[in-house]
Amino acid sequence: MKQYQFKLMNLDCANCANKLERALEKIELIEKVKISFITQKLTFECQEKEKEKALETIRKIIKKEEPDIKLEED
Amino acid sequence: MNRKKRKQVIKIILSMIISLLAFLIKFESEKMKNGLLIIAYVIVGRDIVLKALRNIFKGKVLDENFLMTVATLGAFGIGEFPEAVAVMIFYQMGEFFQSYAVDKSRKSISNLMEIRPDYANVYRGEEIVKVDPNDINMDEIIVVKAGEKIPLDGVIIEGKSMLDTKALTGESIPRKVTVKDNVLSGCINQTGLLKIKVTKEFEESTVSKILDLVENASNRKAVAENFISKFARIYTPIVVIIALVLAILPPLILKETTFNTWCYRALSFLVVSCPCALVISIPLSFFGGIGAASKIGILIKGSNYLEALAKTEIIACDKTGTLTEGIFKVQKIETFGLNKNEILKMATLAESFSNHPISLSLKEAYGKKINEKLITITQEISGKGVLATIDGKQVLVGNEKLMKESKIKFTKSKEEGTLVYVAINKELAGIIVISDKIKEDAYEAIKQFKRNHVKKVVMLTGDHEQVSAQVAKSLHLDDYYAELLPQEKCEQVEKLMTEKSKNGKVIFVGDGINDAPVLALTDIGISMGGLGSDAAIEASDVVIMTDEPSKIAHAIQISRKTMRIVRQNIFFAITIKIGVLVLSALGLASMWASVFADVGVSILAILNALRLLKIKKIS
Repeated sequence: MKQYQFKLMNLDCANCANKLERALEKIELIEKVKISFITQKLTFECQEKEKEKALETIRKIIKKEEPDIKLEED
Repeated sequence: MNRKKRKQVIKIILSMIISLLAFLIKFESEKMKNGLLIIAYVIVGRDIVLKALRNIFKGKVLDENFLMTVATLGAFGIGEFPEAVAVMIFYQMGEFFQSYAVDKSRKSISNLMEIRPDYANVYRGEEIVKVDPNDINMDEIIVVKAGEKIPLDGVIIEGKSMLDTKALTGESIPRKVTVKDNVLSGCINQTGLLKIKVTKEFEESTVSKILDLVENASNRKAVAENFISKFARIYTPIVVIIALVLAILPPLILKETTFNTWCYRALSFLVVSCPCALVISIPLSFFGGIGAASKIGILIKGSNYLEALAKTEIIACDKTGTLTEGIFKVQKIETFGLNKNEILKMATLAESFSNHPISLSLKEAYGKKINEKLITITQEISGKGVLATIDGKQVLVGNEKLMKESKIKFTKSKEEGTLVYVAINKELAGIIVISDKIKEDAYEAIKQFKRNHVKKVVMLTGDHEQVSAQVAKSLHLDDYYAELLPQEKCEQVEKLMTEKSKNGKVIFVGDGINDAPVLALTDIGISMGGLGSDAAIEASDVVIMTDEPSKIAHAIQISRKTMRIVRQNIFFAITIKIGVLVLSALGLASMWASVFADVGVSILAILNALRLLKIKKIS
């Protein structure tokens, strides 16, 4: 398991951050999902080889839940 | 302000002007006026309505955009045109201020942590190049000019300077450094030019560690935060359901009432149904508290620990290095005739071949070079002392037992600490008192603990009973336990854990290196003097970067202030929301009040949370 951190651009609403965190927690590939509204950061853990796959799923869920938010490299 | 925000402001102002015109111009028909209001609405509210529509297709019905759309379109539906436009204008205005305030606080929080170095000057071949600190490897040579931040941890190979460690420790006293000294990233080089050999890559450097710790602190959520996010989950559905009931039931049951009246009240409910004020201000408060603490050299690893600190009831401290300086020093020399320097000289010479801590402190107090030619014979008497011949005189240096054994008459000294008896030619010449000094700051710390209503301050130490008793007495501690083995320290802490009240917390303070098991046992483990020690930072929940125990009192004060603001925000937001809901249900509040309860409260709560960032130094 490796920890990854990404920046969530346009994360403007604290409740949305909580909702998004709950939605991302349901992804099976990743663990220990945390969204910090203050620092606008997403951290999670996953197997190194599954990172791309996990990211794809994360992007899909973000698009569905909060289409304004963009995932960027930290 | 970025483009998006500027556009937003223009929309809001334009929409306000059009609405004003609708009221100022005397139109012949009501239709013209309403037409203008609709135009104003479209300008300011189009985004929201579109977002709401998009969300409906995704099956997300209870989000903010949807609720605002229903509330305003509903108001149009029952003929309340001005209200509909006003709610949308104020909602957008509130959102704008809210995002402005959040940006502002994000910025001031990141300013607090502006210790991240942007670049490093590194030797690549003969040239010095400016690169990202991330691109530097171990053992490379970097150059730090006066006024620059040290980008990576390393050891000085050339130059000397004064370092400002304020960013790391909160203390502005500059530290002198020279060749062979280890330096930490994040310090500012004040005077000279330094060449530094990098010993840790950027990710492992002190600065990265600290930033990582503070930034991720908000991931460990406090109980208050979890409560609010749970509350937020049920709040919106409940308010929406009541709104539906309010719109449908009363008009059916009551006579002499109109559907429109109740619909208006229900729509007001929808405006108040977003829990944003609460959800936004709580993590902001915690982060503000953690940021304020880190500014004065206190690293708190999570919001949960900040919350726990506020409930501190019992503080257990280690002695050596925590309450005392951890350095044994000659405190006093009693003499029976000879001069003090002479006694010190004799003792130091006699002990000069030993590496015992006592010998080291004698050497330090003596300070001069030892003339080894004067010493002819030395014999170590294990566990008791030394017998030596110095300058033709027979010198005995050691403890009480040695004096007894050598049948030397002596009177017991009343001084506390380790007593070193010095006998010259079989006669007692003097007594040297060696002890660890209590930190000046420790007196202040204990006073502050009491002032902050800490019920009990206890010292746990492996040191001798007599010495410990003295330290406990001078510091006015409530209790102490001496001569404890590490295992027994754990047992004592477990006992203390049973003495606290249900919600109270027990803190253990130590150096973080030897007492990892105890640190893990208590509610909050604090390590002191953590600067540069990875082990200490790893093992504890709170790290005090300097070695001042009074910082713990500061940490408690900051935590109490944070919790006060958190409680104020929770109370304020919930009361106003419920108050406005009740008043709207009774028809006593208009939609205007609802807009205030939604966005107004958010903004006030954020401003309240921002007060935490203003903490500079707590008296």
